[in-house]
Amino acid sequence: MTPINYSELLQLALPQVIVVVTALVVMAIDLIALRKRAIRIRFTVASALASLGCAAAILQILVHPAQANIFDGMLIANPLTHFVQIALLVLTIFTLLISVDSRFTEHVGEFVLLILIATAGMMFLVGSQDLLVIFISLELLSLSLYILAAFNKRSGQSWEAALKYFLFGGMSAAFLLFGFSLLYGLSNSTSLTRIAGALHGPSLNPLLVIAIVTTALGLGFKIAAAPFHFWAPDVYQGAPAPSAAFIASGSKVASFFVFFQVMALGFAGVNGTVTLSHLVRGWVPVLALMATLSMLLGNLVAIRQTSLRRLLAYSAIAHAGYMLLGILAHTQQSLAALLYYVVTYAFATLGAFAVIAVVEEQRGDDRLSHFDGLGKQAPILSFSLAIFILSLAGIPPLAGFFGKFYLFVTVLAATPNPVDLLWLVVLAIAMSAVSLYYYLRVLKRVYVTPPAIDCNAIHSPAVTQILVLALAAAVILLGCAPNLLLKWIDSAVQASGL
Amino acid sequence: MTSFPIPVLSILTALPVVGAIALLALGNRNKNLVRWTALAFSLAALVLTLILWSHFDTISGALQFQERNTWVAPLGAEYHVAIDGLGLLMLLLSSIVVPIGIFASWQIQDRVPLYFSLVLLLQACLFGTFTALNFFHWFIFWELSLIPAFFLIRLWGGANRTKAATQFLVYTMVGSIGLLLSFLALFLATRTFDFADLATLAQHGQLMPAVIDKLAWRHVTPDHVAIIVFTGAFLGFAVKVPLFPFHTWLPSAYSEAPTGTTILLTGAMSKMGVYGFLRILLPIFWPQMQVVLTPLLWLAVATIIFSAYAALAQRDLKRIFAYSSINHLGYCLLAIFAVIKFTGGDAALTGEKYAAMNGAFLQMFNHGLTAATLFWFVAILEKRTGGLRSLDDFGGLRKVAPVFTGLMGIALFSSLGLPGLNGFIGEFLIFKGSFPLVPWATSLAVLGLLTTAVFTLGILQRVFYGPLNSQWISFPDLTTRERLALAPAIGLMFALGLYPQLVLAVVNNTAIQMVEHFKF
Repeated sequence: MTPINYSELLQLALPQVIVVVTALVVMAIDLIALRKRAIRIRFTVASALASLGCAAAILQILVHPAQANIFDGMLIANPLTHFVQIALLVLTIFTLLISVDSRFTEHVGEFVLLILIATAGMMFLVGSQDLLVIFISLELLSLSLYILAAFNKRSGQSWEAALKYFLFGGMSAAFLLFGFSLLYGLSNSTSLTRIAGALHGPSLNPLLVIAIVTTALGLGFKIAAAPFHFWAPDVYQGAPAPSAAFIASGSKVASFFVFFQVMALGFAGVNGTVTLSHLVRGWVPVLALMATLSMLLGNLVAIRQTSLRRLLAYSAIAHAGYMLLGILAHTQQSLAALLYYVVTYAFATLGAFAVIAVVEEQRGDDRLSHFDGLGKQAPILSFSLAIFILSLAGIPPLAGFFGKFYLFVTVLAATPNPVDLLWLVVLAIAMSAVSLYYYLRVLKRVYVTPPAIDCNAIHSPAVTQILVLALAAAVILLGCAPNLLLKWIDSAVQASGL
Repeated sequence: MTSFPIPVLSILTALPVVGAIALLALGNRNKNLVRWTALAFSLAALVLTLILWSHFDTISGALQFQERNTWVAPLGAEYHVAIDGLGLLMLLLSSIVVPIGIFASWQIQDRVPLYFSLVLLLQACLFGTFTALNFFHWFIFWELSLIPAFFLIRLWGGANRTKAATQFLVYTMVGSIGLLLSFLALFLATRTFDFADLATLAQHGQLMPAVIDKLAWRHVTPDHVAIIVFTGAFLGFAVKVPLFPFHTWLPSAYSEAPTGTTILLTGAMSKMGVYGFLRILLPIFWPQMQVVLTPLLWLAVATIIFSAYAALAQRDLKRIFAYSSINHLGYCLLAIFAVIKFTGGDAALTGEKYAAMNGAFLQMFNHGLTAATLFWFVAILEKRTGGLRSLDDFGGLRKVAPVFTGLMGIALFSSLGLPGLNGFIGEFLIFKGSFPLVPWATSLAVLGLLTTAVFTLGILQRVFYGPLNSQWISFPDLTTRERLALAPAIGLMFALGLYPQLVLAVVNNTAIQMVEHFKF
């Protein structure tokens, strides 16, 4: 075995190190110097410091972009991982900033610490092609998220959500670990590329089938795809708004990326197909089943929701279904389309949660009827919410439309004959049409329904207004000029050689 | 090719968007200010279109005022806009119809800024659709136009507005999905979304072989694949025009919409469908259209005749004019289908094809103008009677409102195609051109003309003649302001009827080039 060069390793993981050190510093400052201050001041200082740390990490990635692949993919740095890590850091910064006006906890330092630790977990997660590191960083991420979901100690819902999240999470982690252990047994390696080399064969080993199914289920939990979606509605509804936003945006981006890597790299050679006429066993049919279920269930159940957060949760399940198509197509183009989709989706979701947080803070909860007539009371927040919702619905010229369009085109182009995956794309388009109904219902409440007579006026905090406007501008800009992001993603994917 | 120093077509599309934002910023305090601002923006667009008209090079008839920029390279999406005679004609029509719609919506009292900003947004979508030459952003405008139209019907419509708006949206959406899938197939086969590139491929007979090569599927013969791809695209346009039997959304949408919106729907939006047939379906899919020419002709004839008879059975003025709209656009489609008839390169018949194509262009413009004016009269009638518009509610209005009767009479006669008025020229050219090409279909379509005359005269009879309904003794005639506003529209009807060269000069070369495109 080659001797490990620790200074090189540290150099490579410097962005993650910066984030972790920031987390510790923020906590120390908060505990030592700010204990007696008002919560708002503590949140402002902690968020600002933490954002600075994330910005420093971004700067480190941009200024010293490392290229490395240590121990068969144990730690990887290439333009693609850089892109995803930067996206994650940007999303973390936005999450930190929307929590500035929160009042749900007095443990400010711990809250910010957990967000940053989760971010570090995600950055390791996307920078590895090794089962062990993937599992460990996934657990680091998940454990932080469980606590974040439970952070509102005064709310029973928050507890309930966190407990469900934890139980389901534990079970799916067991599934995942079981799948990983089978993979190790079959291939005698934990490196994805080596596993792929060992699994190559004409027929499917029964153990391999189990490994495929359990791995897909375990990772499917993280992206809230059916049938492992049960935690999503409760967590989206019960967790404090910044935590929910973080779970819905940043952790989704990281999980989708790692899902793609595990499937496309680790199980390369046992793909299978889902052509209507000709079904070959492999991981693609498993994902196709998950995608179909998610699209149907997410969209149809979302129609019945009366809470905006639950509605967003079911819509997230539906979106996970669409994005799974990008994974099962497993081409370079579909990866680029998937990344564009998931990043813009994360922006829109984050923005929507920021608006929800304001309304909830002042009206008690996120019932849809609390959004009646918001258009007149908080024009900027409502306008931004409209942009986010329309983007989620896939209305041109917003980013959501382009994301869907590009994703579907790349899925069709993935197989030599575009008709092969046509049924999935047609289903996705039909289900997007269904989704219009419940998305527009939200906007109808905001703009058409008059407000309830006894409701109090909404005060829009300045920071949130600026943030949601920035996010809305990003959604519009990326929709009108997708090349801004797409060029970057494309060249990164090309360079990574996935 | 005229090159303009500024991106004039993009500016034209952006202008109503700016107007819409300005109206929302004005707010609800001063309703008249909002109305006048909306009118000012729509008139500014009209002026800009007239400037384009005067700078248009009619000799070449080719695409002009071109702008072309790469947008999303991996998707073949370019921002490519330009206009030829057809595009210019449609721009002019939209910019005439929108001020009419705004005039006719003057009495709207509820949420005035939102209403007029939606109208201007709709206009922007129309401009975008009529200038786009790349499927990608063309489709965006095409779909986007549904949103303002939906809300205009849904929020300001009549008693059954919810159902009508939903039906309108669902029908058009389903058609659009077919359209989208077909173009995805074309894109995957050719890696381009550019209309001109696709048309060139089709002209050289390379388009469908490429698609078939890509889409080979068990049990489906190559010919069928081509027809399936064509049908998807066809569906999108057939719903929009609409063509029988995809028309059932139209009467309720037109009658439930506030009349100012109906003017936009019939005057400009219905032209999007016909325009799609001319700009997209005909150049790209003509070989497939030729294969199914006979059923297409039957559909056109059925559209013409059934809608005319349906109009005959209606009592509500708006529903009558709605069916009459279907009928008039049926003639356009008859001409379009006749043009692709295989004639073996017979020079005499080529001349007839030019006539039919010119006729279709003129008919689009004329129908837009006439239908918009007729619905405007309905709006005036509604304003005076508090929303009554059934044939049986009136009678003898001639005695109390002679000017109203005279002017609406002119519009009605234009609609039935009286020589000397604009309606005649288009229909004459269509029938002159189509008859030698497809004699049976054209002969049957004449029945539609006849029935149109019957129900149009019926309207005159029941509303304006006969004994005066005592309810309307104090029915006020047109005010000076209304007369002044109506005068340009009526004047244009006469001008076009007497001197059709006004429009023909602009579109003739485009029509000839379109026909030349098919190499048999």
